[in-house]
Amino acid sequence: MKCQHCEKPATFHITELTGPSGPVILHLCEEHARIYLSQESSDAPNNALAGMLAKQLKLEQTAEQLAQLDKKTCPVCGISFAEFRQAGRLGCSYDYVCFQEDLEPLLMNIHGSKTHRGKRPTRNTGAPDKQHELIQLRREMQEAIAQEQYERAGELRDKIQSIENASAADSEADPPPETSDG
Amino acid sequence: MNLEDLAGKCGEWLRGSGPESDIVISSRIRLARNLAEFPFVRRASDDEKAQIAATTQAKIESIDSWKNVLYLDLDRLDEVDCQFLVERQLMSREMADSSGDRSVVIDVNERFSVMVNEEDHLRIQVMCSGLDLRTAWGQIERLDDDLEQKLNYAYHDSLGYLTACPTNVGTGLRVSVMLHLPALVITREIEKVFRSLQKINVAVRGLYGEGSQFMGDFYQISNQITLGRSEEELVDTVSEVVPRIIEYERRAREFLVNESEQDLHDDVSRAYGILCTAKKISSEETLHYLSKVRMGVNLGLIRSIEMETINKLFVHTQPAHLQKLRGQELSVADRNIERAAYLQTHLAPKGGDHRN
Repeated sequence: MKCQHCEKPATFHITELTGPSGPVILHLCEEHARIYLSQESSDAPNNALAGMLAKQLKLEQTAEQLAQLDKKTCPVCGISFAEFRQAGRLGCSYDYVCFQEDLEPLLMNIHGSKTHRGKRPTRNTGAPDKQHELIQLRREMQEAIAQEQYERAGELRDKIQSIENASAADSEADPPPETSDG
Repeated sequence: MNLEDLAGKCGEWLRGSGPESDIVISSRIRLARNLAEFPFVRRASDDEKAQIAATTQAKIESIDSWKNVLYLDLDRLDEVDCQFLVERQLMSREMADSSGDRSVVIDVNERFSVMVNEEDHLRIQVMCSGLDLRTAWGQIERLDDDLEQKLNYAYHDSLGYLTACPTNVGTGLRVSVMLHLPALVITREIEKVFRSLQKINVAVRGLYGEGSQFMGDFYQISNQITLGRSEEELVDTVSEVVPRIIEYERRAREFLVNESEQDLHDDVSRAYGILCTAKKISSEETLHYLSKVRMGVNLGLIRSIEMETINKLFVHTQPAHLQKLRGQELSVADRNIERAAYLQTHLAPKGGDHRN
């Protein structure tokens, strides 16, 4: 991995936990790490991740490809790749699917891997398709309300409720809730 | 049980016991989890955040083994209470500073807490005193299993647990050990030590301080990556690195004692003297001198104070704790006076001639 500020190898990996937008990871060479660490009240670059992304994308893609990629939008939560690059945070779990090939180089850069090898949920966590649909429908309902399309919002709300009820019924496979108050 | 009760108590990680507790303050593990049916927090509407908080609370209330917990709705807490929870390390500073529907669930014995609607829907954390990562992992895995029975986590077959930031994806696991390394700082060996750790994928961060001010002597070591290794492997990575750092710190302390015991003893005693006699003192100054005194106690240069007292003072002299303990809001100037008084009560030698 290279330093975020120059071409030297990054030998310091610093995680800033106090950034306003959450933890920020810095990959720095010795020289830049010293400069960074010696700043007492560090005005840490909040978008180190975004910087890393931008740099990496620049290396691998032309400006045109980049502009194209920036416009790519998640159909479920509506976040664009440009918004992700700026904030360094994804919008929903479906982003990992729809931006998968764009995220892979980043994951390789951060983790040196793109395959989970740890713990797995012990029970079926539900149907991802339905879950993504719920996220999308709720967003569409919000948009409909914002545009004062109340009829459409009502339809969407009914649809959301029917999916929620169905999935609640599914997860009642657990023992029924206790009803006695003792 | 409320926050006032909590303030006077001494949480699990403040006990100052546990393996290697002369150098290791605490071991902490957190897991980032998200609910599959909702967008990540940044992208969630107010309604969705409220739904996430409500769903989570309802599900947690239905877990039989989680009875001794407090549910705190952050919108209903004042600034001092929020700051208090941050100082106690029961929640993050980002959590205190952000807005919207968010809550924190706290075990009354402070062994664990769950932040709801921080960067991820759930941030589960477990804390132990001293170096005890395997116990911490065992505990947090059980908590995670309990939650997983009730909630649908966002999970991907090849990417693992999905998180708002790609730096946490996979295990969602962050293992952190907080170390007190004054001798490595004095001997200027600290950078060299950290440089020798670079290849092992651990991150180092300075710690403590009001605002974002960097305070020397306290460092946090944590795993760098979260994807591609199992949780046990990640825990082991940190577990194996920490004893090496402890060894370096012990050697540096030994060196200081052998080469310049008088200087060291002088330095430590002066720090002790200031803490015992000052009439007003800032929290930065307090941390600075407490750090020296802590090392002095560990090296047997100061014998009249318990380690637990020192550990407690690190936290109890922070702004929100002082105000909670006093039971009223205090200005910065008043806090400095209150802090000095508090330190004197807890540190000053009782009666008569006192020699270290």
